[in-house]
Amino acid sequence: MSALVEYLISGIALGCGFALLASGFVVIFRVTEVINFTQGTLAVIGGFVAYSALTSAGIPQGLAEALGVLAAGGAGLTFGAVAIGKRGTPPLASLVITLGLSVAAYAAEIAIWGDQPISFSALPGDFVLAGAHLLRQYLLVIGVAILALAALGIFFARTYAGKGMTACADNRFAAQMVGINVRRMGLFAFALGGLLGGLAGVLLIPIQPLSFNSDVGLAISGFAAAVFGGLRSFDMALAGGLVLGVAESLIAGYWQASYQTVVALGLMLLLMVWQARRRAELA
Amino acid sequence: MLRIADLVVRWGVATALDGVSLTIGDGEMVALVGPNGAGKSTLVKALAGLVRPVSGTIAVEGRIAYVPEGRQLFSGMSVEDNLSLGAWRGRDRDPGRVYQVLPALAPLARRRAGTLSGGQQQMVAVGRALMADPEILLVDELSLGLAPIVVSELADQLRLLHETRDLAVLLIEQNAQLALDLCSRGYVLENGRIVTSGSSAELQRSEAVRRAYLGGGDKYENHADRPEQGPP
Repeated sequence: MSALVEYLISGIALGCGFALLASGFVVIFRVTEVINFTQGTLAVIGGFVAYSALTSAGIPQGLAEALGVLAAGGAGLTFGAVAIGKRGTPPLASLVITLGLSVAAYAAEIAIWGDQPISFSALPGDFVLAGAHLLRQYLLVIGVAILALAALGIFFARTYAGKGMTACADNRFAAQMVGINVRRMGLFAFALGGLLGGLAGVLLIPIQPLSFNSDVGLAISGFAAAVFGGLRSFDMALAGGLVLGVAESLIAGYWQASYQTVVALGLMLLLMVWQARRRAELA
Repeated sequence: MLRIADLVVRWGVATALDGVSLTIGDGEMVALVGPNGAGKSTLVKALAGLVRPVSGTIAVEGRIAYVPEGRQLFSGMSVEDNLSLGAWRGRDRDPGRVYQVLPALAPLARRRAGTLSGGQQQMVAVGRALMADPEILLVDELSLGLAPIVVSELADQLRLLHETRDLAVLLIEQNAQLALDLCSRGYVLENGRIVTSGSSAELQRSEAVRRAYLGGGDKYENHADRPEQGPP
């Protein structure tokens, strides 16, 4: 029983991290129709910058983590400028550019941080729930992710800037006709996606050490969670992230850690096939 | 005031606009008629800055707002949001002032734009443009896909706006009869060129215009056979 609780809570925490990554995919795709494959890289950059700020510069943990998130936001904006900066770049070309950028980022990451996995200590201490000893970091991840996703929801539904971004997603041509600069909105989306990716990285790195090439696994998990909601829905991306995180955690706990990602993604695939069939039946 | 001089726009090798010149004075209501593919939509895109002309000039004094062809609403968003986004470049985002001139929109404020009837959607599109507090309103295919009764209501509203607010209007229409009834003067665009222009009365008398655009029959014949868009 205590083992199950441990796997569930750690899975939910991992799933919240995936949900943040997924929201990054969704924010950028909604506004620009580009699938941003630097989303995993942004998480790695966030985690690494926080690590350096913490260990080399001796900045307090919370501040170091905030710096990591901001750095990832800046990196997101930079990647966005390269990927969609040129007028009229088709979304598919931008997608390939983001793939290239994520590989090019390896060189910079290895040069600065080396090629070994990096981690820093979590929020210290643990707590007991139903007999299971759990890291307090799990609670932090879950709490911060939920707050961030709620803030994101409010931003898009309630603020004028958020509505402007939704408008670009809804009808690009009309957005241009009312005077919205859709390219600038796209860059803004990339920066926001960077912040979300950085947040995921900063929250996950104490639980799951990151190395320069962790971006692939993170991007795939985040992308799978985002696709769960058709790359447009934040709620479904959260649901997808949670399914994926809990499944990975249970598989690693009860079976084999080396199968966790493959089996969890297989499960997502089955769920999506079921979802699509149900939608087809309803239609 | 809007003055377009010798405008040339090309899509690749095809010339969409070939030396188009037209002017709209302050508070004037002008029609631009022409068949499908004449270059009307290209002209709108050039005015909105979405395509770059090869040559020619566009001089605009005052704010210009667009009612694009096919409404182009933010269909997943509420009517209220659609209206307030019309003020993106302005300051006053409160749709209340549009409800004053288009009171039929007020009860629809919370409805999703995509669920409205075609006529209601067109009214939202006009309202959204008015939110920019324009001096010039560019209306692209007001009547397209709408039932004749709906078209004449919208036309009345547009005329009222023009008269009460001193709003200059460029009405781009395939429905030449409607456009010439509403406007004092007009231009005829064919194959990217202005082939004739003059007062609406002159154009309505012109044999060429009558033959090509006005036909002999029903006033709204051009569009009567098109189904209304959106749910009934």
